[in-house]
Amino acid sequence: MSVAGIVAQLLEIALALAAAPLLVGWVDQWRARLQNKSAPPLLQSYRVLRKLFHKESVVADSATMLFRIAPYVKFGCMTLICAIVPTLSTDLPLATAADAIALVGLLALARTFLALAAMDIGTAFGTMGARRDMLVGFLAEPALLMTLFSASLITRSTSLANMVESIAHRPFALEPSLAFAGIAFTMVSLAENARVPVDNPATHLELTMIHEALILEYSGRHLAMMEWAAALKLFAYSCIGLALFFPWGLAQSGTPLAMIIAMPVLIFKLAIGGVALALIETVSAKMRIFRVPEFLATAFLLAVIGLLVHQLLES
Amino acid sequence: MIHIDWILVLVGGWLALGIGALFTLHNTGFVARRLFPAGALIGLALAAVSLDAAFDTPEVAQLVIGLPGLPMHLRLDGLSAFFLVVIGAGAFGTSMFSAGYFRTGEGTPPGLMCLEYHVFLAAMAMVVLADDGYAFMVMWETMALSSFFLVTANHRVPAVRHAAYLYLLIAHIGAIALLLCFGVLQANTGDYTFANLRAQQLGPVWSSIAFGFAVVGFGAKAGLVPLHVWLPEAHPAAPSPVSALMSAVMLKTAIYGLLRISFDLLHGGLWWWGAVLLALGLASALLGVVFSTVQTEMKRLLAYSSIENIGLIVTGMGLALIFRSYTMTTLAALALTAALVHVLAHACFKSLLFLGTGAVLHATGERNLGKLGGLMRSMPWAAWLMFVGILGGSGLPPLAGFISEWLLLQSFLFTTALPNSFLNMLIPLVAAAIALVAALACFAMVKFFGVIFLGQPREEKLRKAHDATGFERLGLAWFAAGVVAMGLFPVPLIDLADRVTQILVGGGLAQTVHANGWFLLAPMGVERASYIPALFLAGVAAATLLGLLIARRLYRGTSRRAPAWACGYAGTNARMQDTAEGFGQPIRQIFEPFFRTTRHLPTPFDTRPYYRVLVEDRFWHGIYLPVARLVDSAARLVGRLQQGRISIYLLYSFVTLMFLLMLVRL
Amino acid sequence: MRALLSQSINLYAASLLIVSFAMISQRRILSLVHLYTTQGATLVLATATVAYLTNQPHLFYSAAITLALKVVLIPILLHRVIDRLDVRWDVETLINIPTTMLIGIVLVVFAFNLALPISQLSSSIARSTLGIALACVLLSFMMMIVRSKAIPQVIGFLAMENGLFFAATSATNGMPMIVELGIALDVLVGALILGVFMFQIREQFDSLDISHLEKLREE
Repeated sequence: MSVAGIVAQLLEIALALAAAPLLVGWVDQWRARLQNKSAPPLLQSYRVLRKLFHKESVVADSATMLFRIAPYVKFGCMTLICAIVPTLSTDLPLATAADAIALVGLLALARTFLALAAMDIGTAFGTMGARRDMLVGFLAEPALLMTLFSASLITRSTSLANMVESIAHRPFALEPSLAFAGIAFTMVSLAENARVPVDNPATHLELTMIHEALILEYSGRHLAMMEWAAALKLFAYSCIGLALFFPWGLAQSGTPLAMIIAMPVLIFKLAIGGVALALIETVSAKMRIFRVPEFLATAFLLAVIGLLVHQLLES
Repeated sequence: MIHIDWILVLVGGWLALGIGALFTLHNTGFVARRLFPAGALIGLALAAVSLDAAFDTPEVAQLVIGLPGLPMHLRLDGLSAFFLVVIGAGAFGTSMFSAGYFRTGEGTPPGLMCLEYHVFLAAMAMVVLADDGYAFMVMWETMALSSFFLVTANHRVPAVRHAAYLYLLIAHIGAIALLLCFGVLQANTGDYTFANLRAQQLGPVWSSIAFGFAVVGFGAKAGLVPLHVWLPEAHPAAPSPVSALMSAVMLKTAIYGLLRISFDLLHGGLWWWGAVLLALGLASALLGVVFSTVQTEMKRLLAYSSIENIGLIVTGMGLALIFRSYTMTTLAALALTAALVHVLAHACFKSLLFLGTGAVLHATGERNLGKLGGLMRSMPWAAWLMFVGILGGSGLPPLAGFISEWLLLQSFLFTTALPNSFLNMLIPLVAAAIALVAALACFAMVKFFGVIFLGQPREEKLRKAHDATGFERLGLAWFAAGVVAMGLFPVPLIDLADRVTQILVGGGLAQTVHANGWFLLAPMGVERASYIPALFLAGVAAATLLGLLIARRLYRGTSRRAPAWACGYAGTNARMQDTAEGFGQPIRQIFEPFFRTTRHLPTPFDTRPYYRVLVEDRFWHGIYLPVARLVDSAARLVGRLQQGRISIYLLYSFVTLMFLLMLVRL
Repeated sequence: MRALLSQSINLYAASLLIVSFAMISQRRILSLVHLYTTQGATLVLATATVAYLTNQPHLFYSAAITLALKVVLIPILLHRVIDRLDVRWDVETLINIPTTMLIGIVLVVFAFNLALPISQLSSSIARSTLGIALACVLLSFMMMIVRSKAIPQVIGFLAMENGLFFAATSATNGMPMIVELGIALDVLVGALILGVFMFQIREQFDSLDISHLEKLREE
C-alpha cells in the first residue's frame, strides 16, 4: 500500500463523483443531436441535482426506514464500485478488498435494496417496477458474471486490477472470446443502466417504465442521490468496459506520474463511449417487456459461447 | 478421551430433559420457560466442546446398549465435530425460540413435544458420532421417527397427516437403500464397523453400486431431485421450530453421511461419481430455486429454497470428487471448503427465516402470502432480523452466503487444467447455471421479504399483529449474529473446514489463507483472487456516510410526510399491490417447461369472477402418481388371495403341505 | 503481421458460430438472408487469409467462386424468391427459441469434443477451428428440423454447405478444385430445384407451411 496507491484511490473516487453527471449530460447531448433536436447544455445534470437538493423532500406516510436509507446505500455501493474499478491506475489498495465476483455482488446488493424500497410504499406501480427490475437483474447478473469470467479465464485471476494489468501487457491479439464477452457486456450494460432498447430513461408512461418506476416515490434530496447514483452506475459500467477491453493508457503500479496522462486518456475514451451509446440509443427501438428476457438470454448465451470458444481455441 | 465423554454426557442431558418433560405433560409454562432454555444451553455447550474437539486428535468410545455382543462404536473426528457444531449451534437458537413459541392449542401436549424434540436432537448428534453401521442405522431411524412425530404435532389437520405419511415413506425408501449400501460395503466380512469398511478394497463395480445406494439413501433424506417431493409438504406442515431444525440441521446429516461414505469409506473413487453428484446437485438447485420463486405460501417457498441450497452443496461435493479422482488436492479442498461453508451458512440463515415465519404465523395466523403485508411497522424486531436473513440467503456480500458462493465460483475458474476435455467444456456451463441459481435465489428472497413485511397490509387484522417475544428475539438474533459474523470473519471458518478437508481429501486451504493474515481471504494466493469482508463493509458504510454528509451539506430544503404519490391516482388500496403470484409471473413465463400449470380464467358471464393458477411439480404427476397407481394395482392383484372363505384358506394349507411332502420325497 | 492474420482466422471462425446461432434465433426471413450473406462473406475472408498464409493460389480461386456464388448470386436469387412469394415472417417453430438455443449449446459442446482428436491429426493452419465448423453444420441441420416454413429450411441447407466448406478449409487446406466446382454446381442446382419446389407448394396449398405436405399421406 503505497502513497501513490492511496492518492490514486482518492483521485478515482473524486473523479467519479465529479464526472459522472457530466457523462450523462454528454450522452444526452449527443442523443439529442443525433435525433435532430436542440441539445440541452452539457452541465444540465448538475443543475438538476442542485435543483433537487434545494427542494422539499416528501416521504409517504407508510414509508419505513428502509425507504429512507436505500438511496444512500445505492450511492455508497456505486461509489465503492467506482473505487475498485481501475479507471486511472491499477495500483489500488481497495482492489484487494473486492474482486470481480464481489463487484457483481455489490451491484446485486444495490439492486436488492432498491427493489425492497420500491415495495415498501405498497403502490401498484412501485411493486410492478420492483418486479420488472428484479427480472432484468436476475438475467443480467449471470451474464455479467460470465463476461467477467471470460476475462478471468484468460488472465487466471479474478482481481480486477490484476486482470486489467495482464490484458494491458499482453501483445495485441485478436481473441474471439474477448470479442464475444465485449458484445455481451454491452448488451448487459444497456439493460442494467436502463437505456434503449431495454428501457427508455426519458419515458413518462408508467406502464413502460422499469427503472423509473422504482424511484417514482422519491423526491428532494433522496431523488438527487438516486439520480447521482444512476449516473455513477453508468460511469462505473463504462469504466469496467474500457478497463477490460481497451486497457491502454492506465498507470501501472510503480509509475505514479503516468496518472497525469491517464486522466485525459480516460476522458477521451469515455467521450467516444458516450457517443457510441447515444448512437445505439438512437438507432434502436425500445423492445416490449416480454422480449427483454430474450435479449438478456442472448447476452448470457453469448458470454457462455465465449467461454466455450476460449476452451476450444485458446487453451 | 475427554471430548467424546463430555458430548455423550450432554446428549444424555437432552434425553433426561425429554423424559423429565413426560412428568409435566400439560404444563406449558414450565416446559416452555425452563426445559427448552435448558436444552438450548446444552446445545451451546455441545457446539463449544465440538469446536474444541475439531482441532484435536480423533477419539473413540463404545456404548454397550443394544444387542449383546454388538456394542455401538462411536468416533469423534474432524468431520463429526464439524457437523456437531452445526447441530449444537442450530439447537441453541431454535430451542431459545421454541421457549417463546410453544403455546397450548396444538394437537400434541407440550411435554410430549419436548420429549420428541430432544430425542430428535440426541439422535442427530449420535448419527454423526456413529462409527459402525448398526449404530448409524439405529440412530438414523430414531431420527426419522422422532421427526415424523414432530411433523404430526398438529395431527388434527388431514393435510398434515398426508405430508407426514409421504415423509415417512420416502425416508424409509432411503433407509432401505442405506442398508443395502452398508451390506455392499462390508464385502462379506460380517463386521460393520467403519474401520473395517474403510479397510475393504472393493472393485470399481461394487464400489459404484455402493455409491449409487448411498446417493439414493442420503439423497432421499437431503431432498435431491427426484426424491425431493416430501420436502415442500413436510416443512410447511411442521411447527416452525421443527421446520427450522429439519431444514437447517437434519438435511445436513444426510450431507454428512454422503461425505463419510463417498470420501472416507470409499476413498474418493471414480470421476464419474463426481459428475453424477454434480448433475443431481445442479438439477436440484435449478428446480428448487425456480419453484421457490412462484410459491404463494411462505413456508413452501423456504422449503424449495432449502432444496436449492442442498443442490448447491452437493454440486460443490461433486466438483471435489472430480478433482480428487484426478488427485488435484488443493482444488478438491477448495470445492469441499465451499460446500462445508455453505452448510454452516445455510444452517444459520434458513433457521432464521423459518423461525421468523413462525413469529409471523403466531402474530397473524396467516401463512398465505396473499394475506400478509406491511408487517414491518408492527413487528420491527422480527422484520429487521429477517432482513439480515434474506440478505444472507441471496448470497450478497458481506454476509455469510456470499463466502460459499465466492469459493465455489473460484473453484470453477481453475478447472481448465482437467485432463478430461469433455468435463473441461461442461464446467463453464455449470458455472453459468450456478450464477443463474444465485440470481434467482435473490429474486425469491426479495419476493418473500417484500410481500410479507413491506407495502400495505392486505388484511385489516395485520395492523394489530404483535412482535416477537423475548425468547423468540434471542433465537432470531443468535442466527442473525451468526450470519453476520461468519460473513465478516471467514478465516476461522476456513480453519474449521480445513480440519475436515484434511481427512477427506488430504489437503487444505488453511496454510495459504493464514499466510495472508486473518482478515483477508485469498485461498489461492492474493494475485489470483482476494476478498476482505471487513474492509468491504467498511467501504460501503463509509461511502454511504459520505453520501449522507454530502446530502446534509448541500441540502437546503425541508422534509415532510404525505400520502403516497402513486402517480396521482386517488383511491389506491392495499389490494392493488403486486401479489405473490404476480411477482412470480415472469419466472413462470420464462421457465414454463419446468411447471405443470393449471389456470382458471374468469369469463364475462361469471357472477363472481376469480382467477386461480396452480403450479405443480412435474415429478409428482409424472413419476410418483403412476408408480403409486402401479403399486396399488399390484397390491390389488395379490389381494385376490384373500378370498374370505375358510375352505379356501384350508385349501392353501393343504396345497402347501402336499408341495413340501413332494419336495422332501425328491 | 502473419501472427495477426493467423489469429484473425480464429476470429472468422467465431463469427461463423455466432452467425449460426443468430440464424436459429431469428424470426424474420429477410434477416435470415442477410445473415447467410454475412456467413458467405466471412467464409471468403477466411479462405483468402488461409490462401495468403499458406501460399496456395488455388484457394484464391476458391474464395473468388465463393464470393460470386454465395455473396452475390444466391442472395439475389433468394431475395427474388421472397419477393415473388411475398413471405415476411416465420413465427411458428416446433419448439420455442430459448429451448432451441439451449439445445444449440449442447450441440456445440458435443461438436467441440468430437473434433478435438481429429484436429490433432490435421496439419492445416486452421485446424483448431474444425470443432466450430462441425458445430455450424449441426446447428444448421437443427435449424432445418425445427422450422416450419420452406424458405428457412432452404437457407439451413445452404448454411450446412457453408459449414462443410469451412471444415474442409480448416482440416485439409481446401478441397481439390474439381471437387470444389462439383460442390458449387450441386448447390446451385439444388437451390434452383428447391425454388421450383417452393413455387409448386405455394400453388398447391396457397401457403409455404410444410405441415400441409402431411396431407399427402395415405390414410
